Amino acid sequence: MTKMDQPKTIHHLLADLKAKKISVTEIVADYLAEIAKQNGELNAFLTIAAEEAKAQAKAADATIAKDPAIFTQKPLFGIPVGHKDLFLTRGLKTTAGSKVLANYIPQYSGTVVKKLENAGAITLGKLNCDAWAHGASGENSDFGPTKNPHNLDYVPGGSSSGSAAAVAADLLPFATGTDTGGSIREPANFCGVVGLKPSYGRVSRYGIVAMASSLDSIGHLTHDVHDAAAVLEITAGKDPFDATTVVLPVPRYTKLLDQPLGKNFKVGIAKEYLEGLTDPDVLASLAVAKEALAELGVELVEISLPHTKYGIAAYYIVQPAEVSSNLARYDSIRYGNTRAGFGDEAKRRIMIGTYTLSAGYYDAYYLKAMKVRTLIRRDFDQAFGQVDAILSPTSPTPAFKLGQNTNDPLSMYLADIYTVTANLAGLPGIALPTGKNKNNLPLGIQFLTAQYTEEKLLNLAYHFEKTLHGK
Amino acid sequence: MENKITPIIGLEVHVELTTKSKMFCACPADHFSKKPNSQTCPVCLGLPGALPVPNQQAIEDTLKIGLALNCQINENTHFDRKQYFYPDLPKGYQISQYDQPLCRDGYLTLDSGKKIRLLRVHLEEDTGKLQHTVLDGQKVSLIDFNRSGVPLVEIVSEPDIASSTEAKEYLKKIHAIVRQLGVTTADMEKGQMRLEPTVNLNIDGHFTPLVELKNINSFNFAVAALEYEINRQLGEWQKTGVEKTKSNKTTRGYDSVKKITFPQREKEEAKDYRYFPEPDIPPLVISPSLVEEIRKNLPQLPEAIISELIASGVKPADAKILSKDKTALTALEVNSDLDQGKLANFIVNKKIDLSGDIKSQFAKLTQAGETDTAKLIPIIDQVLQENPKVIEEYKKGKTTVLGFLIGQVIRAAKDADAKTVSTLLVEKLK
Repeated sequence: MTKMDQPKTIHHLLADLKAKKISVTEIVADYLAEIAKQNGELNAFLTIAAEEAKAQAKAADATIAKDPAIFTQKPLFGIPVGHKDLFLTRGLKTTAGSKVLANYIPQYSGTVVKKLENAGAITLGKLNCDAWAHGASGENSDFGPTKNPHNLDYVPGGSSSGSAAAVAADLLPFATGTDTGGSIREPANFCGVVGLKPSYGRVSRYGIVAMASSLDSIGHLTHDVHDAAAVLEITAGKDPFDATTVVLPVPRYTKLLDQPLGKNFKVGIAKEYLEGLTDPDVLASLAVAKEALAELGVELVEISLPHTKYGIAAYYIVQPAEVSSNLARYDSIRYGNTRAGFGDEAKRRIMIGTYTLSAGYYDAYYLKAMKVRTLIRRDFDQAFGQVDAILSPTSPTPAFKLGQNTNDPLSMYLADIYTVTANLAGLPGIALPTGKNKNNLPLGIQFLTAQYTEEKLLNLAYHFEKTLHGK
Repeated sequence: MENKITPIIGLEVHVELTTKSKMFCACPADHFSKKPNSQTCPVCLGLPGALPVPNQQAIEDTLKIGLALNCQINENTHFDRKQYFYPDLPKGYQISQYDQPLCRDGYLTLDSGKKIRLLRVHLEEDTGKLQHTVLDGQKVSLIDFNRSGVPLVEIVSEPDIASSTEAKEYLKKIHAIVRQLGVTTADMEKGQMRLEPTVNLNIDGHFTPLVELKNINSFNFAVAALEYEINRQLGEWQKTGVEKTKSNKTTRGYDSVKKITFPQREKEEAKDYRYFPEPDIPPLVISPSLVEEIRKNLPQLPEAIISELIASGVKPADAKILSKDKTALTALEVNSDLDQGKLANFIVNKKIDLSGDIKSQFAKLTQAGETDTAKLIPIIDQVLQENPKVIEEYKKGKTTVLGFLIGQVIRAAKDADAKTVSTLLVEKLK
């Protein structure tokens, strides 16, 4: 990438475009060249829309020449994006990482895809993921695992594996993702990028292959917090096509980032999160984070989230139940492929979900899990009465080796311990990098705030990032 | 030995609402004889990523039906997923309502005064339609999704209906009510109203196995199917003595040509639809103020109109006829100073032209007629001469023909006092 400055954030690209230091055509060509060079190894992209992107870039340059003010109307004008392959893109193959949809070309685009297109973003392609977003390592993709760009022997995390790897490897300035139990935050953590999971109901789910409808949150992965805020400004808001989106004004998140943190800003650390936490890298990363927060003048408070230990159990009842229902439409009649194309993990969840929803078991499993969910939500309500935000590890370990956990689905599930509760409670969360370990693997932390307070979450994340990395 | 046999009948009635758009998307709901699959979108095709957004009008229409049927409205309600596989169900589940229907615990009163309790009135989506046909010499099943997602209201009665006659009256009343509410045209021919009776017998305290009847598309077929089924179950019981158990409910279709019911699939075990709350639609809160608003604006229902008419002095038979005649009802209301019973009777017997001056016609009809016997006798003689056959009948004992003769005399006299004419006629016919 000859003409681009480091780091290749959205705001740097926009500044260069506005200053005419670079054209959209050049940006798109540079990224496509980089994708061609690296994707064979990383397997981050499943579909590359090279010709479409080049044509759009050409048209975009013509528009800029005629109308330099286009950037005020279209805040992401000329900026490349890649979509997790769960996002429906009209006319562009969308597989959900599964052979069942290996040849599916959607007739319509999802709301977020449309919003980003309307803001001027150019789709470079579709990104690999665990099939149906089932997984925490990226190894469940029916089209081969994605590799961690920091160390190719390691997983990039999942299920938004291609999204995290592509941004980390500078194949894209930003990528979309979905987070049902940690599927944005965990790969962001493993790949050393910023992963934002907005509150449930903040961003439309319309036109995105559903995993577990009451948990799915639509977010994105970026190089820094500013970009996370810039993209959320576009994607957030009530969608008439998604009844679960909320009618709340969407703040100009980017304008609020550098506001000083409120006086007596408090960050809580749940004692339940520290129980059994032994990984030295993760402990070191937490220590780095605490130091940065102290430097910011933030007060650290010990809190309690007593129902944390039931989080995984409740999640692995509710989520497979909804999965079993949502996957019923792939019934061998439509979409060209039969149900035989479902992989082991999808089959496992279909069976668990079908079982727990069956007559006679519903009360003992699903209903009980929903009660636990209410208790977890209450834990957080109480906590946010005391503190502004919660600091936690994103995952109990840094990225692990490819194949290390594939024969042990349960330990793979347990890796979601710090992320699932935010989905059960509908909270916003952000994964932020803190550094690297001796294997050159990224380390990071997670912040959570109360539902629909993304501006507070981003505000804290911005100051934290600045203190830690001087960005 | 004579058995005491009581049929136990419950009715499930499905009504398609005639809203402008479908239940969860903006496609038109009017699907009758439209080009197949011309009214579809990602939502009603159940495409990946598509989400349902409930139709507020359909919810309010369901509340109207519930209120008209004396139901309680659930303030907290939600949609559920009812999961089963069928090619006409593109999502693999139907969005319906399970444990918290919009309306519950209502009733409908039959003419006898008997109340048929209603368990629930809930809202769901219709399915697509399969067409089994031959294409290029191949037997194929085609799917038309125009009907997929059309709002469907299910009205479920308690098994309080004890005869096919009661069943028919119940169905006709439901039909009249939903039409009067303007929420559906409930055209049976177009499948906008579908009936599913469940029937068994109480024979001296022994209960025959439950049977659900399908493919019934008219009220008369419902009656015929129930009557056939009642006899069949009695015969079966006399032959086998098999009684109802938790698991021996069966489904039978009705063949309207052979006029018989026939076994469909046997339900070997209780169906498990794996209901759970639809996560794509937030729970609904039906505010009491909305309920009151709807209640206030409900059109008057046939039942209420009839009892009001009777209370104002109209004969029950006349009230029933006039309850569906808007022009007549307006005429009665505008002329509330006139004797309502008489006016109603004149209207029923078409003695009053409703497009003319009602008050003067009424006055003319009710003023005392000619009583002068000297003037009437020649007219009576004339009428008797013209109707020898009627006189013969009268003399054979058919005294009811007297009314006819009185009418003839009054008409011939242009106006006459009926009582005087009657006395004179009886005298003459002795």
